[in-house]
Amino acid sequence: MYGNAYIDPNDKAAMMLAGEDPQKLAEFEARIARGEKIEPKDWMPKEYRKQLIRMIEQHGHSEIIGALPEGTWITRAPGFKRKLALMAKVQDEVGHAQLLYSAAETLGKSREAMINDLITGKSKYSNVFNYPAYTWADACIIAWLIDAGAIINQVANAKGSYGPYCRALDRICTEESFHLKYGHDNVVTLATGTPKQRELVQAALTRWWPPIMHFFGPSDKISNHTEILMKWKVKMATNDDMRQQFLNMYVPKIWDLGLTLPDPNLKKNEEGKWEYTEPDWEEFKRVINGGGPCNAERLAVRRNAEERGRWVREALNTADSKYMVPLA
Amino acid sequence: MIKSLDPRVNRAAIEEENSIEPLKDLDQWETYEVFHQKRRGDQHMHVGIVHAPNAEMALIFGKEQFGRRGLSVNIWVVKTRDVFTTDYEDSDIFETVPEKQYREAGGYKVMDKINKFKKGL
Repeated sequence: MYGNAYIDPNDKAAMMLAGEDPQKLAEFEARIARGEKIEPKDWMPKEYRKQLIRMIEQHGHSEIIGALPEGTWITRAPGFKRKLALMAKVQDEVGHAQLLYSAAETLGKSREAMINDLITGKSKYSNVFNYPAYTWADACIIAWLIDAGAIINQVANAKGSYGPYCRALDRICTEESFHLKYGHDNVVTLATGTPKQRELVQAALTRWWPPIMHFFGPSDKISNHTEILMKWKVKMATNDDMRQQFLNMYVPKIWDLGLTLPDPNLKKNEEGKWEYTEPDWEEFKRVINGGGPCNAERLAVRRNAEERGRWVREALNTADSKYMVPLA
Repeated sequence: MIKSLDPRVNRAAIEEENSIEPLKDLDQWETYEVFHQKRRGDQHMHVGIVHAPNAEMALIFGKEQFGRRGLSVNIWVVKTRDVFTTDYEDSDIFETVPEKQYREAGGYKVMDKINKFKKGL
């Protein structure tokens, strides 16, 4: 599960390459153009390292925080089989965070530093997880459609240029395919069930549609900055392209179930492009900056977990431990 | 206290302003490189890392992280700092003469010689 990383569009493209060795930069770009991967100890531009750390770290945080709204429903999942499946899914999400943190670590930021930046609110995570899962149906919609969005993003990023991130994403995408099928199965069960079940799933879908439309982020500004990140294969597709891909794959599946979406303007035009009401980006900004219904709770829960587990971690530590940046 | 829709959060009785001391270095321990064997007879392959306080815990975390779908029959772990590596910057050490037929089976064509020899008999 994942939210699109937020890349600051105000960074000036000219600043990006300031002070870089032109010959090394040319070799680096040629390697990427040949389709070769960059590995941790390779020379890389400062901006490449910075943007990748930010992106992979946010992706890791999203996995950890994303486990919270779904984890809520483990104790109340309807039936033993659903409970087992949801526990497995939530464990996978936390496992994905471990893989992603490891990939970010190879770029030189320690896991402690990443956790500190998360719990102080300095680092962001996917905005969708600042909304609560009111009912079991919300958890089902998350598992199906948020994971579907995540897969579109992750499949694109798995073709990026940084070796450790690509390897982590390959492993993650394999596991996500179970999440997607599991989520779809849950939604289909509700949508083809009793009137009460249909009502539950329709209400959850209506609630989650605005955050889902926010999921891929605002339209990218076409800037030199974005162009360079795309040339370096840090960013693999524009936010709008990913949103179109998502709508194209999932709106028909939603309509197939006789469910409705709360956007009267949603339709596919003659050119095959999806038209929709522009999402409320002011709301998106308000929530990402701390104003959502669950921001405070998410971080308080995370801090609580770190604090209450601290004595265990300390008790297990040994005097001769020594940190070294992981190899790959 | 945080008032949540999540009963687990309410039970944990979490203060709203629960700022904590930042994590110190090595709070998350050091890292171990993990290798797993998919089936008996296969070679062990590097699959990633885990953070762990000792080798026993690294094996437990390694199994949980990389073997939870039953895709492994055996796991090795080794401290990252105990692994010696070559440098990508020195990749030229792997460069060699372009013509290496002499160390390939296909570099040896004996049938031509045998046939020629037989004709001459």
